[in-house]
Amino acid sequence: MKISGAKIVVETLIEQGCDTVFGYPGGQVINLFDELYLCRDRITHILTAHEQGAAHAADGYARATGKVGVVIATSGPGATNLVTGIATAHLDSVPIVAITGNVPCELIGRDSFQEVDIVGVTMPITKHNFIVKDINELADTLRMAFKIAKSGRPGPVLVDIPKDVQKALCEYEPNKQPVIPYPLIFADEEKLRQAAELINEAERPYIYFGGGIINGKASSALMAFADKTDAVMGCSLMGISAVPSDNPRLLGMQGMHGHYASSVAQDEADLVITLGARFSDRATGNKSRYAKNFRIIHIDIDGAELNKNIPANLAIRGDINDALQRLTALVDEKKHPAWSERIAELRQEEQKRIESAAEITRKNNNYSDDTLTPYSIIDIISSHAGDSTIVTDVGQHQMWTAQRYPFTKPRTFLSSGGLGTMGFGMGAAIGAAAATGRRSVLFTGDGSFGMNLNELATAVSQGTPLVTVIMNNGVLGMVRQWQTLFFDRHYSNTTLDRRTDFVKLAEAFGAKGIRVSTASELEKAASEAFADGGTYVIDCTVNSDEFVLPMLPPGGSIDDIITEIK
Amino acid sequence: MDQYVIGVIVSNVSGVLSRVSGMFTRRGFNIDSLTVGETESSGFSRITIAFHGDEDIKERILQQLQKLHDVREVEVLDKHDTVIRDLLLIKVRNKPEIRQDIMTAVEIFRSKIVDYSPTSLTCELTGETAKIDAFIELLKPYGIMEMCRTGIVAIERGENCLKTVK
Repeated sequence: MKISGAKIVVETLIEQGCDTVFGYPGGQVINLFDELYLCRDRITHILTAHEQGAAHAADGYARATGKVGVVIATSGPGATNLVTGIATAHLDSVPIVAITGNVPCELIGRDSFQEVDIVGVTMPITKHNFIVKDINELADTLRMAFKIAKSGRPGPVLVDIPKDVQKALCEYEPNKQPVIPYPLIFADEEKLRQAAELINEAERPYIYFGGGIINGKASSALMAFADKTDAVMGCSLMGISAVPSDNPRLLGMQGMHGHYASSVAQDEADLVITLGARFSDRATGNKSRYAKNFRIIHIDIDGAELNKNIPANLAIRGDINDALQRLTALVDEKKHPAWSERIAELRQEEQKRIESAAEITRKNNNYSDDTLTPYSIIDIISSHAGDSTIVTDVGQHQMWTAQRYPFTKPRTFLSSGGLGTMGFGMGAAIGAAAATGRRSVLFTGDGSFGMNLNELATAVSQGTPLVTVIMNNGVLGMVRQWQTLFFDRHYSNTTLDRRTDFVKLAEAFGAKGIRVSTASELEKAASEAFADGGTYVIDCTVNSDEFVLPMLPPGGSIDDIITEIK
Repeated sequence: MDQYVIGVIVSNVSGVLSRVSGMFTRRGFNIDSLTVGETESSGFSRITIAFHGDEDIKERILQQLQKLHDVREVEVLDKHDTVIRDLLLIKVRNKPEIRQDIMTAVEIFRSKIVDYSPTSLTCELTGETAKIDAFIELLKPYGIMEMCRTGIVAIERGENCLKTVK
């Protein structure tokens, strides 16, 4: 039987295992939304306030589950509003399929109303993209989009479907199963042997892992490998939650705002085993001064990451879980007592420096014991949050959360790492909650929150269990911190001086809101917020001179590490 | 920095040239020459790209090209074992006092006159880049009215082939 292109899209989404899509209707996707209406008992569409929120929601859905997230938008501005969300997913290797409507084929290229060449626009920020001009190719193109999105290193794929293709009729044969990804690439045995030799020779091994461990489902394999080799572990922002925070080998995030012990240990290591990470400039600092004293083994599923940013002594392409299991079998069981001793020293030193920095802030700003600090906010919230998915926006609050929050399971920390997208969090938190059925906790700042707070409307209408914790310091704190350190305290356009009442704003959206300025108030507010199943905004007053420390200055190295600011 | 010549087999679909050239732009790699044309199978096109770079840049280009969904095969062509050709069409003034010099150059370079008018003549020349460059240099003093080059195409000698089907 012949069915419409619009119906083919919906049927193919269902066939691919998609239960929830995020989007926003418009002129060139009316047909598609009509089919979503007719199929509303088989697939849920979540209407957001803005297409950007929908793209981040699809991203959050994918990050929280590993499944492909789907977002639908109309042509022109609908499509361009997805761009930031798609780029965010691209930089963090998140599998999403973005479906856009476009003007009918015969109007393409004529600057028609709401026409934009979204395939051209998104070419550099997608793994691949398509425009479907022939309805006979529609179902298979969508299947291919899913296949590409989830194969190898995941990423976003966009499918642009002109309106006449949605309206046209075509035979449709459903597939019995979702498409399977392209076959995995497995690490070369000889190279793994060489890696094992390097590891056996190492006296101070340090594992630097990234989001590839989460995408590659390699958490257990990683921990077993670290145990056998007696290596310590540090991670990139994207690696956070892959290994439980209380793992005794884990020193936490390294790099620009990484833990002191983690960054210094990496510098003092004689071998850095890099697993599913890509040596971002935020992780390495000055490339010419990075890796002066250690050798590097780099294993990644994406061959293009090998030797891209930092040359490795041994670069291996392959599935990380398989590679780690085989490598663990090849390496000798080791103990490195001197290294462990040094690590213990570094941990103590880190603790001292954290306390010293906190003491300076406390004194400079006349804090009482009850004054809210970023870390106390995180500690109080984490004691209530249980198995919530922790989502952040971008800025100081993001780094504080990355440093401090105790994670226990992979895919419970969602943050825009590569693109650093302020405004990511609200949409992602809604998407994660829709995907998991669990509560999301959004740590945000007053700057980031302002960017996409319209999605509070979505959260309320969806009944999303969401606690938004605003670290409200009245400034764009991360930029301000740079201005403090490197621009003679010229606070150019970082003092917000807004009169926005976030509590009233939350209430206006139909959410609950409360403002707190002390730890005891937050304790009480958190109890209420987490007892409540709905959408809650906690506006926490934070001093504008709280800094994210440590900090490796941009272009600096470990020798330049700043651990306190007087 | 060395010059590398790579052959790329791509699916013959709309936008593929943008994807390939866009990758070079986005990642800051420079292209010396890029040509594209049909292959023995209708579903595929072949792109020949020449660029300058070191070993590291070459590897990064290969890896990034292989990631593109529409790219089927990428290979660095060994310049010592590859036939490389560029085609030039060059139009110069047809004046009696220089005609014989041009004819001599055409003969020595095994070029061809492909258009002859009372005021202009157009030569066609095929060859390696250096030969074409030399020919252009030779004609410069006579006044070049216009010229165009195809950019290079390249194919390996002997049995080695860039396959359209793996």
